[in-house]
Amino acid sequence: MKTSLLPTIAHRLAILAYVIFALFPLYWLFKVSLTPNDLLYSEGVRMWPSRTTWEHYSFVLQHSAFPTFFKNSLIVSGSTAIIVTICASLSGYALSRFSFRAKYWIVGLMLLTQMFPLVMLVAPIFKILTPLGLTNSLTGLIVVYTAFNVPFATFLMQSFFDGIPKDLEEAAMIDGATKFTAFREIILPLTLPGIAATLGFVFTAAWSELLFALMLINGNNAATFPVGLLTFVSKFSVDFGQMMAAGVLALIPAALFFLLIQRYLVQGLTAGAVKG
Amino acid sequence: MSMTADVYDRRQDRRPWQKRLADASEPYLYSAPALILIIVVMLVPLVVGISYAFRDIQLLNPFSGGFIGLEHFETLSKDRAFYTALKNTLWWTGASVFLQFTFGLILALLLDKPFMGRGLVQALVFLPWAVPSFLAGLNWAWLFNPVIGPIPHWLFDLGLMSQPGNILSDPQYAMWGPIIANVWWGIPFFAITLLAALQSIPRDLYEAASIDGASWFQRFWSITLPFLAPTIAITVLLRTVWISNFADLIVVMTGGGPADRTQIVASYIFTQAFKALDFGYASAIALVLLVLLLAYSMLIILLRQTLLNKG
Repeated sequence: MKTSLLPTIAHRLAILAYVIFALFPLYWLFKVSLTPNDLLYSEGVRMWPSRTTWEHYSFVLQHSAFPTFFKNSLIVSGSTAIIVTICASLSGYALSRFSFRAKYWIVGLMLLTQMFPLVMLVAPIFKILTPLGLTNSLTGLIVVYTAFNVPFATFLMQSFFDGIPKDLEEAAMIDGATKFTAFREIILPLTLPGIAATLGFVFTAAWSELLFALMLINGNNAATFPVGLLTFVSKFSVDFGQMMAAGVLALIPAALFFLLIQRYLVQGLTAGAVKG
Repeated sequence: MSMTADVYDRRQDRRPWQKRLADASEPYLYSAPALILIIVVMLVPLVVGISYAFRDIQLLNPFSGGFIGLEHFETLSKDRAFYTALKNTLWWTGASVFLQFTFGLILALLLDKPFMGRGLVQALVFLPWAVPSFLAGLNWAWLFNPVIGPIPHWLFDLGLMSQPGNILSDPQYAMWGPIIANVWWGIPFFAITLLAALQSIPRDLYEAASIDGASWFQRFWSITLPFLAPTIAITVLLRTVWISNFADLIVVMTGGGPADRTQIVASYIFTQAFKALDFGYASAIALVLLVLLLAYSMLIILLRQTLLNKG
């Protein structure tokens, strides 16, 4: 081993420090979810309560509509992530590889939509979706979330495409491939880390969106899980134990999803592929 | 005769007109799905939303709804709460973006090096981003609360506080509460995008630089940063726009208090729309914010263009 020990130790310590910073609030969430209601305030400051209980979890799983909320959230976030990533790879590719007249207008339009508070869009969007029968439906939520996330995802994909040398597809096109074949066969596989990152972002953004889920959906059948979390607040008081238990449960799919895609994030491009 | 001449003329371009049309429309076809969605679901509602700024729209008042021209903006120009919120927005956005970016970049660089258990660490450190923002806000409000949270006691033990108090109700430091929560929540965003960009830098560039005897800092400065620059420009720009529009944490943690010390423009809009139910006035404030953010974005894009042209 040529690498000296000291930088390695510093590297691991820095990572450890950040992991602690990232996880401590989540640990606290977990701790509260296990604390019996009568100890919530009296032992609030302790790092671990003197008694623990799983009753909040069993309540959430058995006596609430949470399983439905979870299923709805999975459908909405999964579909949104996939549709956005497809649309955004196409439009990101157009912005990265073509120079055309409307290019700057498209970029401008996408930026503009990010600058107006979503709160002010609720009423107009509701008015547009109602005659289409898209309020109170998961499809409606997917459409809205897709539109919200496409601009950012497009910029993200564009920046990943920009990082790939143009010679690669030019070489393929000299060999007779069309631009679309070159895009599909050469560029997309090289952008896998970017695609994984985009999928991850959109999935979590849709997973935790509250405002529109609350405004466009009525009743439990099509409600997503952030709305479900709020049901613990809107009763007579905030039921923190149950709410935190639901919150912890809700983190599991997101954590699994990150575990799944992180492989592609790391995979990256091999040096050989880029030499061209 | 004339037909053959026509065909001959077209041949000058060597592409039949179908092909030329197809080539010209290609980028539009690629962007069509995204564009149609954005126009229908965002641009049209945005225009409608902006029109509220010139109307008298109050939810509980059935006689409201008429056009009133620039009246909202006249009120706004004399609204001291708005100027306070504007100042707070600068502070909130600047501190949040700077800290998120700095720690996100450091984290991405740390994770770019292979080590045992990297996959697990990556999945773990990205978790905060997956927490719904209002749950994150609630959770951090707990952590800052001296009765049920540990942070005030730590600060007291470190001698930074004379007694375990709640910084969220301390006018001088209240803003730090949501900022810390926001930094915790947003670091993964920069870390993921920058890490993915780092991963796409050809490794042989580093090898060549190492052989030439370049130090870590030289390699960072002349290889890593230029490669990251496009990603950095876009993510910083978008994050700035998002964070200045991001009211969730503040609404949940402090509600804009104490004494408007944490009231930012976005939370002020939220308050006007959902507490005062004055959608017209809220929309007018939103329009001013939009114009300011637009000016800021133009500046960044111009800056990026100049940098790119130089490079």
